[in-house]
Amino acid sequence: MSSLLGQAAGVVILLVLGYLFGRLAERRHFQRLVRQEAEIQYLPVVASRYPPEDRPYRQQLVSGNVVIASDYFKAFMAALINIFGGRVTPFESMLDRARRESILRMKAAAIELDAAYVFNIKFDTTRIATGRLGAMEVLAYGTAMIPQDT
Amino acid sequence: MLVSNLEILPGRTIVRHLGLVQGSSVRSKHVGRDIAASLKNIFGGELRGYTELLSDSREEATERMLAQASAVGANAVLNIRYSTSSIAAGAAEIFVYGTAVELQDV
Repeated sequence: MSSLLGQAAGVVILLVLGYLFGRLAERRHFQRLVRQEAEIQYLPVVASRYPPEDRPYRQQLVSGNVVIASDYFKAFMAALINIFGGRVTPFESMLDRARRESILRMKAAAIELDAAYVFNIKFDTTRIATGRLGAMEVLAYGTAMIPQDT
Repeated sequence: MLVSNLEILPGRTIVRHLGLVQGSSVRSKHVGRDIAASLKNIFGGELRGYTELLSDSREEATERMLAQASAVGANAVLNIRYSTSSIAAGAAEIFVYGTAVELQDV
């Protein structure tokens, strides 16, 4: 009986820790994303396979990836929502963060090459199993179009 | 070697199509990293170790693909795609493929 109580207390502590730290991490991440996205907004990322022909370009593949772990609270809530079905919002926000972060990193790589555009962006999303809980990897890649002045 | 996920490069002609080239790489982290990651799973946030691992693994897969491409005499790989599969706890396969071509005036 007492071991059962101990286990329940452990879960509650993990939930509280997960909720507090997870929320803090998420809020900070979103704030950083908004700031950095505004900083490099000038570089257009285009989801088209047909690049512009207005001037000569050099092409190079650029990519950005990120692995984001869920927290204990998110995982617990997701398991609860799973019983009734519906929108699993804790994971929606996590994947949104991962995807936006990967785009930022890809754009940063393109800016280092003095690219004018990134064309044909593609995403690759994978669950990375780390023991019992999960993390998600998002890879964003595309072709940096670097103007060549000739 | 030009690597791009575009199919058509403006102003460049494909002289020869040399077929599919591919590269893959399976990597995993040591147990210490996995333990650190499972701790991070309580609090949430980025797993930097895994981000780097997958990025290195992707680089290796790409190098293997490029080795194939130069073996068949290509000077560019076009329309490349990445694919990632988690095959066991802590191990992932990265697969990259594309079309090896010979381009005029690179």
